[in-house]
Amino acid sequence: MPLKMRLDLCYSKTKVNPIGCKNDRVGHNPRSTGASLLLMTEPALCGRELAAWRGDRCLFERLHFDLGPGQLALLVGSNGSGKTTLLRILAGLGLPTEGAVTWRGVAVGELAPDERGEIAYRGHLEALKRDLTVAENLSFHAAVWGRSQPFEGVLAELKLSGLAHMRARYLSAGQRRRAALAMLKLSRAKLWLLDEPTTNLDREGRGVLAEWVRGHLRDGGLAVIATHQPDEFAARGALMIEL
Amino acid sequence: MNAFNAVLLRDLRVAFRRWSELAHPLIFFVIVVTLFPLALSPTAAQLREVGIGVLWVATLLSSLLALDGLFRSDADDGSLEQLLLAPVPMTMTVLAKVVAHATVTLLPLLCLVPLSALSFNIPLAALPTLALALVLAAPTLSVLVALGAALTVSLRRGGSIVGLLVLPLTGPLLIFGTRATDLSVNGEPTAAPLLLLSALAVLAVSLGPFAIAAAVKVGLE
Repeated sequence: MPLKMRLDLCYSKTKVNPIGCKNDRVGHNPRSTGASLLLMTEPALCGRELAAWRGDRCLFERLHFDLGPGQLALLVGSNGSGKTTLLRILAGLGLPTEGAVTWRGVAVGELAPDERGEIAYRGHLEALKRDLTVAENLSFHAAVWGRSQPFEGVLAELKLSGLAHMRARYLSAGQRRRAALAMLKLSRAKLWLLDEPTTNLDREGRGVLAEWVRGHLRDGGLAVIATHQPDEFAARGALMIEL
Repeated sequence: MNAFNAVLLRDLRVAFRRWSELAHPLIFFVIVVTLFPLALSPTAAQLREVGIGVLWVATLLSSLLALDGLFRSDADDGSLEQLLLAPVPMTMTVLAKVVAHATVTLLPLLCLVPLSALSFNIPLAALPTLALALVLAAPTLSVLVALGAALTVSLRRGGSIVGLLVLPLTGPLLIFGTRATDLSVNGEPTAAPLLLLSALAVLAVSLGPFAIAAAVKVGLE
């Protein structure tokens, strides 16, 4: 029975407006009129007719969206609804069953290495080497991403300064998450793809992150955030994608 | 090139901080090599006869023992997907990782083999050829091992499958390597098998990174 219900949902999704802006599943926040005009002019991240299936289970179908500079998209939905799958597809780590994702007109799977550097993806795993110190992890990240600016300021903002020379294995889950966010901040990517970034963060950490996201959007960056607390990132013109 | 060095240095640093794991293949090698004389009736002539084969097979087996950490730990902590997304060609990243892995696992092993050769009564004069053959076989072996590790990166228990995947492919290395050592023990010219080993090394190093990078990409999807 649950399978049938799920299929029914998929069926109803196939009938929605393909532009996906006016239906109840995929659409703009009512406050988004200004931003949608902006994105009409220069969409940077485009999802076209995206569908993802897990075996015979449909996660989403006919998903269609454009995201322009300075715009935020919030992915909301219950556990297992496909938020991580969608983010990985946007990052180019996974392939959609149908449809395509383009970044500045190029399919994300075919981006040149330089263009790939404009996209930062932060998933559930922190990508910290447990045997390296926080500082070593950050300098490695900076070297690979070709950015070698000092990271002391970012660490101070995250209250990690005292831990810079501690091996990552001794950090708490929240501190590891903060270190991962430091890498995000230092990457200077244009597009942030964040998968439940507030997991394990305390109230203060969530505040810092929300402030960073606002600053990133103000600077013309884009962000797609999967979250269970969309209010924390609520921004003017945010696109709500309900899976 | 900057990124290549960064990956290489990071992997070396991580490996040396977990140095106890580096010793496992070496100890395994010593044990295997010691078990054979115990199992066979150890007359000097017979030892020398089987010694060459035993050394080569033990080298191949112990190099398999170390391969699980090559991509698995990076996949488990999320670094591998970040490396895939990094603005660096994955072939370069993979090559850096393979070089680092070969440095910390194969290099110590290569130092052990000539030492063990003495215990098999293999003449001193044959040791330079044995060492050279091993050095020439090392790049191919590293690439094969890395390919196996990359193909099984998404499997929780990839260890046993990797052996089945990689060991048959090491056949040519074993044949040319033992042949070269054999010839030099008998005082005959060894150029042909050594050149074939070099050709295999060139092939592996030039094509291997592409195959490994593709395998990693598929494994993470």
